Amino acid sequence: MADTLTTHGNGHAAHHGDYLDDPKGLASWLTTVDHKRIGLMYMWSVFFFFLVGGIFALLVRIELLTPKQTIMTAEMYNRVFTLHGAIMVFLVIIPAIPAALGNFALPLLLGAKDVAFPKLNLASLYVYWTGALMAVTTLALGGVDTGWTFYTPYSSTTGGGVTLMVLAAFVLGFSSIFTGVNFIATIHKLRAPGMGWFEMPLFCWGMYSTALIQILATPVLAITLLLLCMERVLSIGIFDPQLGGDPVLFQHFFWFYSHPAVYIMILPAFAVISEVIPTFSKKTIFGYKAIAFSSVAIALLGFLVWAHHMFTAGMSLFAGAIFSFITFFIAIPSAIKVFNWIATMWRGSISLEAPMLHAISFLLIFTIGGLTGLFLAALSTDVHLHDTYFVVSHFHYVMAGSNLIAFLAGIHYWWPKMFGRMYNKRLAAIGAALVFLGFNATFLPQFVLGSRGMPRRYYNYLPEFQSLHVASTIGSWILASGLFLIGAYLLASLRQPKSMVANPWGGRTLEWETDSPPTTHNFEGQPVLQHGPYDYRANPAPVGVEEHIH
Amino acid sequence: MNWFQNWMLPKAAATHAGDVDGLYMFIVYLTIFFFFFNGALILYAVRKWRRRSAKEVTPHITHNTKMELIWSIIPLFVVMGIFFWGFKGYVKAWVPPNDSMEIVVTAKKWVWQFEYPDGTRTLNDLHVPLNKPVKLVMHSEDVIHSFFVPSFRLKRDVIPGRYTELWFTPTEPGVQQVFCAEYCGKGHSDMLARIFVDTPEQYETFLREGDEQVRKMPLKDLGKLVYENKGCATCHSLDGTRGQGPSWKGIWGETGKGADGKPYTVDANYIRQSVLQPQAVVVQGFEPIMPTFQGLLREREILGVIEFIKSVK
Repeated sequence: MADTLTTHGNGHAAHHGDYLDDPKGLASWLTTVDHKRIGLMYMWSVFFFFLVGGIFALLVRIELLTPKQTIMTAEMYNRVFTLHGAIMVFLVIIPAIPAALGNFALPLLLGAKDVAFPKLNLASLYVYWTGALMAVTTLALGGVDTGWTFYTPYSSTTGGGVTLMVLAAFVLGFSSIFTGVNFIATIHKLRAPGMGWFEMPLFCWGMYSTALIQILATPVLAITLLLLCMERVLSIGIFDPQLGGDPVLFQHFFWFYSHPAVYIMILPAFAVISEVIPTFSKKTIFGYKAIAFSSVAIALLGFLVWAHHMFTAGMSLFAGAIFSFITFFIAIPSAIKVFNWIATMWRGSISLEAPMLHAISFLLIFTIGGLTGLFLAALSTDVHLHDTYFVVSHFHYVMAGSNLIAFLAGIHYWWPKMFGRMYNKRLAAIGAALVFLGFNATFLPQFVLGSRGMPRRYYNYLPEFQSLHVASTIGSWILASGLFLIGAYLLASLRQPKSMVANPWGGRTLEWETDSPPTTHNFEGQPVLQHGPYDYRANPAPVGVEEHIH
Repeated sequence: MNWFQNWMLPKAAATHAGDVDGLYMFIVYLTIFFFFFNGALILYAVRKWRRRSAKEVTPHITHNTKMELIWSIIPLFVVMGIFFWGFKGYVKAWVPPNDSMEIVVTAKKWVWQFEYPDGTRTLNDLHVPLNKPVKLVMHSEDVIHSFFVPSFRLKRDVIPGRYTELWFTPTEPGVQQVFCAEYCGKGHSDMLARIFVDTPEQYETFLREGDEQVRKMPLKDLGKLVYENKGCATCHSLDGTRGQGPSWKGIWGETGKGADGKPYTVDANYIRQSVLQPQAVVVQGFEPIMPTFQGLLREREILGVIEFIKSVK
């Protein structure tokens, strides 16, 4: 690690306390309005729930080692997979990049002192914790066995803590909206002097598109969940046919939020990758505007395709055709992005640091995740594959694989900025390889399971499916060992002294122009933009890089 | 590459499965191609342009309109082709021929019930004639279920409060597996059914006399088969475990108390009555939730259940 023991970036850290230590004490963290501290608290929360959701995932995979009971009963299994899904979606994947990395990095990338509404930002964290606490309390009330989609009339008639779980998701929605509002205002109002919309780092475009969906779609989920609570508590008869309701209406409402929410999960991943690839290729991003506009296009198109989750639910032929048709258009901006990222690497100066390794993993995994979406967008193949393990695998590729691996890329990218310390790079490379291999070993067999007919959410299954399940379970252990390794060396790095240079990667965005870790107010004075975010023409070796790379 | 398709998909057994398989394999190859194409580009870039010194200068290329148009328009044509291909198959699978035979499907936690045009009813076993179009008219009595036949490449949700339809023409004699594909609670993964694709003669015999096995099997084995296939196993265990209903272990000849406090003895008459009028005597401590099997079991099957219960010790 000798290469990191160099001078402080611009020498200011000696005179001003960094945001981690100034002010000190637990109370100062719990009442902070500093976006960086709020980002870190989100990050630790997301790590914690990722661990919980991950343990549930391993339990699910162990249960599926054998066709009949392995370690738990059917009721238990149904609760475990529901909690796995609900925790991962609502407490991990949705907040991971925007609330943790976005909060930390967005104002720095814009050259701002903080987000537009710092107190609202703190409130969103407390709302998140409230929702999380409610979700965890349902465990004590007998758990929830509905699946994270809460389809009626199963969800309106089954016992357990469904009402509380649904209210928890409702509360978490507010956290998401607060963050979205904050980011939109921040991007509109707090860009550094000289930074036009097209001089913003692409991360900001990704956050902007995500925020648009958060504030437009989340209220629909909130209303839907409230209706479901009223159905359970007051029997108002919106969804349950025994009370005169329509169960398919719930699916329309639910997916009107939850399909755009898929893009709440994937756009932030694009945002991170668009930062990491230019920095580690030391080359300007290829097709800036194409990437920026395709994010916005995906955000808007995402509102028009929700019913592609319902091709087998008995919609009209015409509705099915329309939703299938529009869905295919999302393939285009997605393909454009992948080609842009590869073109950015072309003729670059590529350095395979941990963030870049995760970014390359992301490119490969997202290629599979994106292309397997074609099977589900096309009507006739979707009919066969819907509600099978093929779908399970597809959404793990786009949500778990793409989002969480991009999250790992972002964590490794900004870790030295967050804490002023570097992790063990050799272990980081091993961790990235284990995650990539483990992920594919877990989920590739599930594509085959699904197309051979294995339905999802099955506790027992036919013996012919066993060998693929065993392969998948072994994969899950490889994946878990990679994730535990990453957690271990990241935590270990925090025991070192803060000795990081301002710009360890030679990035050209503004966060690299302040200390690592930054001072409480981010910058000494107001930074003024001198060059574009990925412009490597002027000053090709920014501060600190010279000493860093050998 | 036939082995590959046979590994990825179950053997096709209905008329329009071929359409689905063609498109399915096309996208499989497309996915594999682009995975290796992108992978090769990345690998090539990483090897050729790996950073060797911090001073390296890279060309400042912001975009290339011609290339960007090419890699936007070609995928657009490809996905539009996939859309039309998928749409065509869906339309074919949507409209049943006028001469199709109608079978009414009722789904409930956790059994499938089939009612044939002549009034015959079966549970979890559906008999259909080979090469004749069959239309299923489906509804659910409780939550949403989904009727899924992998070898037919067909699936349609079965919803309370409305009818949904599904039709197929089976092309392979033999037995096809049916799954419930929409999560419906504890017994979801055991809510299985089988489709017996019969020759016309076999089908006629089935309607007159029931299954071959109903006619020929030893009673005890037939009872075991009924237990496994007709939904008994969902609620009644054989090892003494308490389920939704009493376990069958060692109950033959037992006496007990009904919910109304009156005593009963488990004999042939009691079992017969419990199958046909389950609410007549409800065992104390259990909910009166068992459905009647009136019209669903043939006389010989009820005798089989009685023999089977005698044997569960």
